[in-house]
Amino acid sequence: MQKFTVHTGVAMPLQQTNVDTDQIIPSKFLKRISRIGFADALFADLRADDNFPLDSPRFAGASILVAGADFGTGSSREHAVWALMDHGFKVVISPKFADIFRGNCGKAGLVAAKLDQADVEEIWSAIDSIPGLELTVNLADQSITCADRKYAFDIDNYVKWRLLEGLDDIDLTEQASADIESFEARRPTFLPTVR
Amino acid sequence: MGYTLAEKVWNSHIVRHADGKPDLLYIDLHLVNEVTSPQAFQGLALAGRKVRRPDLTIAMEDHNVPTIGIDKPIADLTSRLQVQTLRENCATYGINLFNMGGTEQGIVHVVGPQLGLTQPGMTIVCGDSHTSTHGAFGALAFGIGTSEAEHVLATQTLPLQPFKTMAVNIQGRLSPGVTSKDVILALIAQIGTGGGQGYVLEYRGDAIKDMSMEARMTICNMSVEAGARAGLIAPDTTTLDYLRGKPHTPVGDEWNAASEYWLSLASDADAVYDAEVTLSAESITPFVTWGTNPAQAVPISGSVPDPDDYSEERERSAAKKSLAYMGLEPGTAMRDIPVDIVFLGSCTNGRIEDLRAAAAVLAGHRIKDGLQMLVVPGSMKVKAQAEAEGLDQVFLDAGAEWRFAGCSMCLGMNPDQVPAGKRCASTSNRNFEGRQGRGSMTHLVSPPVAAATAIRGTISTPSDLRKIGTGK
Repeated sequence: MQKFTVHTGVAMPLQQTNVDTDQIIPSKFLKRISRIGFADALFADLRADDNFPLDSPRFAGASILVAGADFGTGSSREHAVWALMDHGFKVVISPKFADIFRGNCGKAGLVAAKLDQADVEEIWSAIDSIPGLELTVNLADQSITCADRKYAFDIDNYVKWRLLEGLDDIDLTEQASADIESFEARRPTFLPTVR
Repeated sequence: MGYTLAEKVWNSHIVRHADGKPDLLYIDLHLVNEVTSPQAFQGLALAGRKVRRPDLTIAMEDHNVPTIGIDKPIADLTSRLQVQTLRENCATYGINLFNMGGTEQGIVHVVGPQLGLTQPGMTIVCGDSHTSTHGAFGALAFGIGTSEAEHVLATQTLPLQPFKTMAVNIQGRLSPGVTSKDVILALIAQIGTGGGQGYVLEYRGDAIKDMSMEARMTICNMSVEAGARAGLIAPDTTTLDYLRGKPHTPVGDEWNAASEYWLSLASDADAVYDAEVTLSAESITPFVTWGTNPAQAVPISGSVPDPDDYSEERERSAAKKSLAYMGLEPGTAMRDIPVDIVFLGSCTNGRIEDLRAAAAVLAGHRIKDGLQMLVVPGSMKVKAQAEAEGLDQVFLDAGAEWRFAGCSMCLGMNPDQVPAGKRCASTSNRNFEGRQGRGSMTHLVSPPVAAATAIRGTISTPSDLRKIGTGK
């Protein structure tokens, strides 16, 4: 996984609540077997609407998504995170993330920054009044700089550490293989196996 | 201070605990499907890793398999490649695979319990959010992403931050005609799609104790629609009765040891939950969704809400957007909404009791002219059981289509899709925009409501049939 420290980029607003993962990437795109190449699938149905910001020149090259509450609800598809990353997003900001989506972000390397609703609304109005506005997201001090304001965001401490160091989760767990083996020796014999 | 059911299961699976770090949790059963696994296997291969415990892993062809013509190769080439990829991966890593058309194939959340692989006190994961279904047995079961699936394949563990616990008390007893689907829709309408975020929901109370295992599975299945990662119900004699004699259930002394342990998992009397919510069972009536998320639901006797009645701007604009998508006017009685398609099936409501409940309503009736009704059993076992009981003939006589098992129209990854602009009463779990096909409009309902709706052509309960004099 790539390290994430500080990122500055154009912010795109998504002023809707309950943007579920079916909307982030419709199920017809899930038949692919690769982990990359999902940029075209991002918000595939929503972006058919000319008012949807993704293809607006104003937000060309946007790398920070500023979304409403309950972002990423529904299906566990990690493809939603891959599609956002393939399109160039490095950070998603929302007052509330669905649990599985937020977990997937941490694994794949997309920063899911939880910010108060009022702060998100301030950022939306700043984006609205300043074309091409860039935000700066600093993971180490958990801050987002927007115009002349600075906001503090929440992120799980362990996920933050892994993102800052660019560490692979499986490598970390393999360091505990002796613990796993001794746990396996203790498991009750009545537990089911499939062979 | 005692422990909750969730805490007991969690604590008994900690491989490694260190302050400031997530707990490393052992996973007792990993369910794999064709859609969310290819990239996990690819990652495994790239890193030169093996599957640590193929004996604790099963794979299922369920998400994009067709439900007709299953003796032929899958027509959709990308679907065919994805299923083929699963077959190759399972062969490479020695994983038990359930092929489409096989006697034990079906939606993995229907098959796990019927094989007895789902047992109380276990940790169960799957690259599918409706893994929460298995919580009905008192197993800590939740959906994971593909990176996590790769992690489980490689290590049989997951690093996880402890969940908070929420007690959901369903007090009193349900009225006749009210199903567990109505209970979970009523709960989600009350606490919202984010109400359970960060929590494991434990369903309690007399109404839950009265329920069959299948009804409990429906409730736990939709916990994720309330934002919770998992739902749980304490094991009791109903749980033991269901499990006894299943293919993978322990026998003899092992059964005695297991069942004693299972019953000990119930939350202690002095256990403390992080949050609590209570619903009165008596007040719950059949529920139906009007909008584009599962919290946008009302009793069937109600009407489409007016966005202007919401106090918060966010809710107002969300409701307006939902109504525009759903093509509905505020104030329209839910019972006046006509539907084009009825879907009976899914991991929410595709079990034998669901089919029985719908067939009991449909018997002696025809579905409305021009309406399509798809009946998709949750598994091949459910299909065989329904056929042994003659339910297939009830559905066919009524004019419905009787299909093979799979996820089908719940998410429309196979050819079973709701066309754009068409309206579907569906026993599935999500009414998201485009969920059942681009431009599809979904109303979530229980199986009896689905059947009554198919007969009348508008959203209906079985009692409406009697009122118009066409019922039994």
